[in-house]
Amino acid sequence: MLDILLPILIFAALALAVIGAGRRVRLWRQGRPAQVPLLKGLAAMPRRYLVDLHHVVARDKVMSNTHVATAGGFVAAAVLMILVHGLGLAEGVLGWLLLAASATMFVGSLFVARRRRHPPTRLSRGPWMRLPKSLMAFSLSVFAITLPAVGLLPEDFGSWILALALSAVLVWGLGEMVFGMTWGGPMKHAFAGALHLAFHRRPERFGGGRSTGLKALDLDDSEATLGVETPADFTWNQLLGFDACVQCGRCEAVCPAFAAGQPLNPKKLIQDMVVGMAGGSDAAYAGSPYPGKPVGEHQGTPHGPIVAREGKALVDAETLWSCTTCRACVEECPMMIEHVDAIVDMRRFLTLEHGNTPNKGAEVLDNLIATDNPGGFDPGARMHWAADLALPLMADLQQVDVLLWLGDGAYDMRNQRTLRSLVKVLRAADVDFAVLGNEERDSGDVARRLGDEATFQSLAKRNIATLAKYRFQHIVTCDPHSFHVLGNEYGELGGHYRVYHHSTYIAELYEAGRLAFRPWKGGSVTYHDPCYLGRYNGEFEAPRNVLRALGIEVAEMARSGFRSRCCGGGGGAPITDIPGERRIPDMRMNDVRETGAELVAVGCPQCTAMLEGVVDSGAEIRDIAELVADALVEVPGGRGKAQARPARPLAEEVV
Amino acid sequence: MRPDTHDKGRLAVTVLVSVGRHPLTGRGRRADQDARGVELARALADAEVELLHAGRLDAGSEAALRGYLGMGFEALSLLEQPAGADVLPALAEALEAAGPQLVIAGEQAEQGEGSGLLPYLLAERLGWPLVSGLAAVEGVSQGVATLLQALPRGQRRRLKVRLPAIVTVDVAAPAPRQSAYGPARRGRLDVQAAPVVPDDDLARWQAQPARKRPKRLKIVKAASARDRFKAAAAKAEGGGGQVLTDITPEQGAEAIFKLLKEEGVLR
Repeated sequence: MLDILLPILIFAALALAVIGAGRRVRLWRQGRPAQVPLLKGLAAMPRRYLVDLHHVVARDKVMSNTHVATAGGFVAAAVLMILVHGLGLAEGVLGWLLLAASATMFVGSLFVARRRRHPPTRLSRGPWMRLPKSLMAFSLSVFAITLPAVGLLPEDFGSWILALALSAVLVWGLGEMVFGMTWGGPMKHAFAGALHLAFHRRPERFGGGRSTGLKALDLDDSEATLGVETPADFTWNQLLGFDACVQCGRCEAVCPAFAAGQPLNPKKLIQDMVVGMAGGSDAAYAGSPYPGKPVGEHQGTPHGPIVAREGKALVDAETLWSCTTCRACVEECPMMIEHVDAIVDMRRFLTLEHGNTPNKGAEVLDNLIATDNPGGFDPGARMHWAADLALPLMADLQQVDVLLWLGDGAYDMRNQRTLRSLVKVLRAADVDFAVLGNEERDSGDVARRLGDEATFQSLAKRNIATLAKYRFQHIVTCDPHSFHVLGNEYGELGGHYRVYHHSTYIAELYEAGRLAFRPWKGGSVTYHDPCYLGRYNGEFEAPRNVLRALGIEVAEMARSGFRSRCCGGGGGAPITDIPGERRIPDMRMNDVRETGAELVAVGCPQCTAMLEGVVDSGAEIRDIAELVADALVEVPGGRGKAQARPARPLAEEVV
Repeated sequence: MRPDTHDKGRLAVTVLVSVGRHPLTGRGRRADQDARGVELARALADAEVELLHAGRLDAGSEAALRGYLGMGFEALSLLEQPAGADVLPALAEALEAAGPQLVIAGEQAEQGEGSGLLPYLLAERLGWPLVSGLAAVEGVSQGVATLLQALPRGQRRRLKVRLPAIVTVDVAAPAPRQSAYGPARRGRLDVQAAPVVPDDDLARWQAQPARKRPKRLKIVKAASARDRFKAAAAKAEGGGGQVLTDITPEQGAEAIFKLLKEEGVLR
């Protein structure tokens, strides 16, 4: 009887899955067009899955082994099942292989079941709780029906009741694993995820690459809606990416806004986009909600607004404005979903079309438009902090080795101390450098993260035009945000530069023997990785090398390196200032306290401001440039060069 | 301006908008007071709001004028006027033709003559009442508007004014909403023909950069914290001065004339 039933069941499930796939593809194709090399992407997909995705999954060893066993067992079992039971090719080794595959899958599903016994809060429940049972139903029933096929059991073993019961279990397994893959349910992640990897919007991320710069918005078409208003305004491969989410909640676990009790949960946001893409309410969502926002009050449609001007739609505006763009969620996502891109896309609509940037947002943007700096300061006062330093100007020199990009920290009295230290270090190493002076403008970082792409592009184009007037080898800056924007985001607008963060540059100067330090005599030190230096640009080592050169042994925080916790200062978050239950910088200083460090070394004006703003912190905040400047001693035997250029003393007291 | 398109029952409001100038960089922008006027109009329930500008249209002024469109308007009427033209006749004719019930203007322009006289001249010419320093329009019923006027030190005065009327706003009015780039870019600038009358007076005047006027010093002789607080909260003012009430306009003018003579403004 099974001989007749099995092919029918298998091919019926496959046919239904194909229909479901068509429906799912239709949902994704509601999105805007995107240029994606389809065949190349499909060809690259297995490698992206087996290498790049597995790299991220493997950060959790148990889970990654579980997934290898379950997913690998399932794929093999499914293919072999079609051959063995669908087409009746049970002879030879195929049947035995199928037994092995389904057994492997069963072992994997035991681990899945163990994990679901006491799931951590970041995991979604709901349909996901039945997944281990479904996995077992499939693997066990396939194993059982294969036993007679390889001759381990007689063909007519058991009664027709047993056969019917087995078929029922198999129907459950097929329903979840094959039908559910395209019609919705936990296994949807396998189908959507595979295609998402193939048609990813940032293919540069695969093969060890890095792609973190926001993509430019086309401002030429004056009739087009700017940014994303409705779910259908995302590009189709973004929608596909949302659909790939496995709701593992790794993003939720690392999100600083979520931890601070601000109304953002990256996982919920992605699920809301899935809800919007298909149309409906978020009531079926079974994970942690946005803090302070109960599930079930929001709904959306593919062509309806995501954020309502008044009242509720799919997502509330403050959810989008809570994000610090720290990129921890993107870094952590095993499906390589691009949360930050989606958030900025939606912010673009709110700012450019609604004119609804919250709190100080509008004022900061107006300042950027009128004065080229977010504080609304006189552009002619940009160099006042360096009135006594006689800094060489690009306009005078025209050509230097290093262009020192000051950033808007030039107006901030705290950051001016960092800048003065950096100048002292550069002079001690006899670096040929100059500044743009009053010709410099804001890099556009804040404008862009607040969604004001128009102001960003205006600032960027004018900065690029200014930089094009002069000749320099590279740009050095102590602001990771400027570093990121100049290095990764100006390229799309025609500005290509080699940009160094000052920690990288100081590390190189030290390596080259152009700097010497007196040994560190202070207490214990920890280092805070700025998001825009670390996760955005992969620079984790240079600052630590500098600290090591200073004789400092870094007492690392539990969350450091690529898992560093944001200071709360990115993405315009201090400007939009969405209230939460805690402050993000307070949590970061608690991380510092756990190390027992008396001093936090930082490399970012934003981080300095945010962490220094914590009351009763107990640890001092110093920029790496300040630590280096304080430790400078004359390079032994390196006097020859200085005598050649007596006009400029090697080191002078500027701080 | 299409007078016959006004809906019956909807309050027709025209906001006069000018090209502003940022105090630090001198870049063109929405004039702050005018933008507050637009915000005031936007907040009116059931009003049909038109924006009206008289002046030149060039790259600099267009960006600034589009700033007003970004507050949520599809169009702005522009009466094209060359440099050195007196915009009063053009504005007056346009307003007479359109017949709005309420005209809102900023107190003073951020560039050009900036005398702050335009609303008064306009009110004189149209024969409409004028209320300055408006904080809010509380309501309009049967052709009478209830207005809240801002007075120094946070005081407010409620006035009833028969429409049509001109009201002017300064910083006491609500802060303007953000100007959104998309609507600003898509909005239309409807250029309309208007009479051009050269400003003969202006042509005869000689202009020179203004000098900073000396400020009266505030001498604080406070003995207690309370005195210091009062002194800090007080505005610098001359000790003299008198309040004239129930006098004829002639007597008022006489008093002002006398003061100007005393202060050496008029010689």
